[in-house]
Amino acid sequence: MIEVKGLKKSFDDEHILKGIDFVFETGKTNLIIGQSGSGKSVLMKSMLGLFTPDEGTIEYDGKAYSSFNDEQKRELRQEMGMLFQGGALFDSMTVQENVMFPLRMFTKKKKRELKDRVDEVLERVNLSDSGNKYPAEISGGMQKRVAIARAIVNRPKYLFCDEPNSGLDPRTATVIDNLIHELTVEYDITTVVITHDMNSVLEIGENIAFLKDGVLAWKGDKSKVFKTDDKTVTDFVYSSDLFKKVRDAQQQGL
Amino acid sequence: MLKGVFGRMTKRSVLKELIFKEIDVVIIGSLGIVSFLSFFIGAVVALQTALNLNNPLIPKSLIAFAARQSIILEFAPTFISIIMAGKVGSFITSSIGSMRVTEQIDALEVMGINSLNYLVFPKIIAMLTYPFLIAISMFLGIMGAYTAAVMGGFVPADVFLQGLQEEFDPYHLFYAFFKTFIFAFILATVPSYHGYYMKGGSLEVGQASTTSFVWTSVVIIITNYIVTQLLLS
Repeated sequence: MIEVKGLKKSFDDEHILKGIDFVFETGKTNLIIGQSGSGKSVLMKSMLGLFTPDEGTIEYDGKAYSSFNDEQKRELRQEMGMLFQGGALFDSMTVQENVMFPLRMFTKKKKRELKDRVDEVLERVNLSDSGNKYPAEISGGMQKRVAIARAIVNRPKYLFCDEPNSGLDPRTATVIDNLIHELTVEYDITTVVITHDMNSVLEIGENIAFLKDGVLAWKGDKSKVFKTDDKTVTDFVYSSDLFKKVRDAQQQGL
Repeated sequence: MLKGVFGRMTKRSVLKELIFKEIDVVIIGSLGIVSFLSFFIGAVVALQTALNLNNPLIPKSLIAFAARQSIILEFAPTFISIIMAGKVGSFITSSIGSMRVTEQIDALEVMGINSLNYLVFPKIIAMLTYPFLIAISMFLGIMGAYTAAVMGGFVPADVFLQGLQEEFDPYHLFYAFFKTFIFAFILATVPSYHGYYMKGGSLEVGQASTTSFVWTSVVIIITNYIVTQLLLS
């Protein structure tokens, strides 16, 4: 569980986060949604320890990040997995080497054991046959799956995903969403996903934080997000023509 | 940046692998161009000296002497380092810059890896072997001078070899290799700095490579002047 309390962050004189309180629950896919510039990425980067908050605390399973020394912070980072928007795979390494990288860096296992674990994870993301390929030789969706495999290979406690569906076709996007959700349940981890994609909200939105102008404007789950009367949320949710038409059709009883 | 580079160390076995990889790419990968340039520049230095040596009172052994001095003191350590700023420096800046643009450096940081140490430290260590490249450059430069001067019929072989040994001061070799070590450090760090701290996209990676080449060359030239002033004057 990650608990954010009164989180504030500014850059120069611009206040990006204006006091966020939210609990990201374990075993659930926690979504951060909101328009561009609402502070989603800053919130995630603060949770990753890449930004130091101006005010407020971030607690990982009850322990405040600010109370950690450098060694504890490093250990915590080893318990985190991150899926970057573009995958951020090391392009000079093969798929297998990419997935093995965190294991090589932080474990003292023998090569055979490392390979077994990598094979297991690649099989889990349905990429058993692509181990010897380079990232440039596989599709965008496959790259995302490799990035997920790399993020979970060390059995992290926290998984962060920055717009995992960007640049993917709807079918592949659904595959990625479902994979993230399945792994969250299977490994019982705290997963935090930034997304703009309302299909993702429908698929995996178990605990949603809606940010607007650096403030937590709404929270709930996928069953409530399409039913709320909160105008700030409905403006965002129904900014998509497709969802607007579905809502109108429902209202007309079609 | 240097605090980060020499800060928390990457796992030793991984580091060892990275260092050998860097030696392969940066040093071994430059052997061809350095050998080619050294041989022909050495030849041209000897040729120019021979063609401008019209006074019969000046001994022909001066051709070898002039070639040796210019190759050991300046051409091999300094000129080759400028070439390396273009070849290796640009490569370092663009490879690290591309990693920055594609969030690969962020990925390292999120994993709890000291990205500066992981990316730059192996390059610095690999560049410790740079003096071997310069030694090869010196040897081939003199071979080029010998070939042009002797085969070209400007000077007999024995006179050339005599001139090569004339007033040889081993301190000049110390000076040349001392500054080579400093240039090696500059070649590893200045381009890394430009790549690591670049902002923007693919276009900016290209711009950073160009800026890196300019700054690396400027720092090498100024350092060369300071070291020469300190050690030779």
